Amino acid sequence: MSTPPAWSHYLPRLGLYAGVAAVLLLVNVGLPRLLNAYLLQILVFAACNIILASSLNLVNGVAGQFSIGHAGFMAIGAYMSAWVSVAYGKTWLAPYADQPCGPLVVSAYLMGLMLLGGVAAAVGGLVVGLPSLRLRGDYLAIATLGFGEIIKVVLLNVEAVGGATGLKGVPQYSTLFLVFGAAVVTVAALRNIGNSIHGRALLAIREDETAAEALGIDSAHYKTSAFVIGAFFAGVAGCLYAHYTQFIHPRSFDFMKSIELVLIVVLGGGKLRNVAIAAAAVTFLPEGLRQVKDLLHLQTDPRMVIYAAILIAVMLLRRERVLQAVLPRRKEGASRG
Amino acid sequence: MAESALLELASCTVRFGGLTAVDDLTLDVAPQELVSLIGPNGAGKTTVFNAIMGVYPLASGGIRLAGRDIAGLAPHRVAKLGVGRTFQNIRLFKGITVLDNLRAAMHQDGDYDLLRAAARSRTWAATESRLEARAMELLAVFGLEARAGELAGGLPYGEQRRLEIVRALATGPRLLLLDEPAAGMNPAETQHLMGLIRSLIERYSLTILLIEHDMKLVMGVSDRVVVLNYGREIAAGTPQEIARDPAVIEAYLGEPVH
Repeated sequence: MSTPPAWSHYLPRLGLYAGVAAVLLLVNVGLPRLLNAYLLQILVFAACNIILASSLNLVNGVAGQFSIGHAGFMAIGAYMSAWVSVAYGKTWLAPYADQPCGPLVVSAYLMGLMLLGGVAAAVGGLVVGLPSLRLRGDYLAIATLGFGEIIKVVLLNVEAVGGATGLKGVPQYSTLFLVFGAAVVTVAALRNIGNSIHGRALLAIREDETAAEALGIDSAHYKTSAFVIGAFFAGVAGCLYAHYTQFIHPRSFDFMKSIELVLIVVLGGGKLRNVAIAAAAVTFLPEGLRQVKDLLHLQTDPRMVIYAAILIAVMLLRRERVLQAVLPRRKEGASRG
Repeated sequence: MAESALLELASCTVRFGGLTAVDDLTLDVAPQELVSLIGPNGAGKTTVFNAIMGVYPLASGGIRLAGRDIAGLAPHRVAKLGVGRTFQNIRLFKGITVLDNLRAAMHQDGDYDLLRAAARSRTWAATESRLEARAMELLAVFGLEARAGELAGGLPYGEQRRLEIVRALATGPRLLLLDEPAAGMNPAETQHLMGLIRSLIERYSLTILLIEHDMKLVMGVSDRVVVLNYGREIAAGTPQEIARDPAVIEAYLGEPVH
């Protein structure tokens, strides 16, 4: 009896893949005709936040390692890829600008950069993941916060990437197809990882590291891998972000950005689908609230007050679900007898 | 017995600073034997478990599992070599389902990498259905199959205790360390547990090291009993021998009254 080839396993899903690709293509062609640049940018930011928050969810929500330096990984991916584009990419791709195959070449190039930015950020994830083996809860949070700040300060001082003036002139290679496609692939991949031996090992570590070890789960390996995978996707998001806004500054990736991502994960209660919804909501909400000032003919803009009030209300109303797994816990050591 | 022993502790000593928690303990456990560790609170029983698992380092002595030196190995390595354990204070993964508790324990049987998991490859699908079938089979053996989809933390106490044993079994151990499995159980539950523990040895060719305070349970299931006090072995023998041993009676009840 011969076994069918490995790819045949994917045949039943080809329709789904084709459908998703078709929708993405429609979005890619259609949305820019329907929406203005401002709305398109919010949509792109929402997609980036979905990638960032669902990857942070792997670290904070699934593995239970409280990290508040996720924007640092985004910064690594953004700066790595943007620097390559500014220094080399624009020249490489110039000959294709007027060719019919141009958009395809640019997309292929950007996918390569997404990979590069992701890998660079993943290396950063490894660097942060290693101390996480010794630190728990609040202490780990402070270490990751420090990492994020170090990245920011280093970028502020490296003149090759613009230093404190930021990096200008990044070509706008990110398309809606790639941005939304990356968001779909990220969420699907992370969901699948969650529903595998790898994801369950992380859940076990979150729930009780001592018991997980006693079942043969190498917690050092899995905790580090959670940071590496989470950082990889954050780097991909950074690359897409940089190649959409065309200008990046170290302050775009500071502590506030990390906190926003933690907030999204907490609002989503550590569940991937809810985290993705919360990511979109947290991106849209402050923008939508800009309308309030005009509607009520106010002198000052009350949007951040309303935004904060809504967050507090959500926390209070959905406390159990929200806090479920995400906030740092103290764990007892092995008991003596 | 020493040649064929599954677990050999040779002059094991564990110290916490100035306190000697386990003092020069030597113990051989033969395959499919059930040995109980008893002794007053603080006698060092759980420390013996933690030393076997590699949670605490030995100050001196050696530990062998099926002839292989396991002293100094990290807990997850010891577990992979075939040692399963339960905890005195139940340590289930309370926030995930009963089924996922078992599947997490079976993770060494997973034979696919991260990329295959992310892409839901054929290996992933085959492994997952195999793991789920095995987990459901185990749950059925222990009468917990109806609970598969519930959060482990929501189970009644007795079922949580049982689930912790099932979870340890899910790793496919040769040696099972049970730390006060009957704690908090009523007499009927303890009676049921007693039959269960004996049946495990047959069904899974297990060797069991048991810590227990419930003397009825200990006397009923053990092949041999080892009594610890202040980290030292003060007596060892069959349950009948132990029940008559004056040193044991003294350790438990104080000086005999004449």
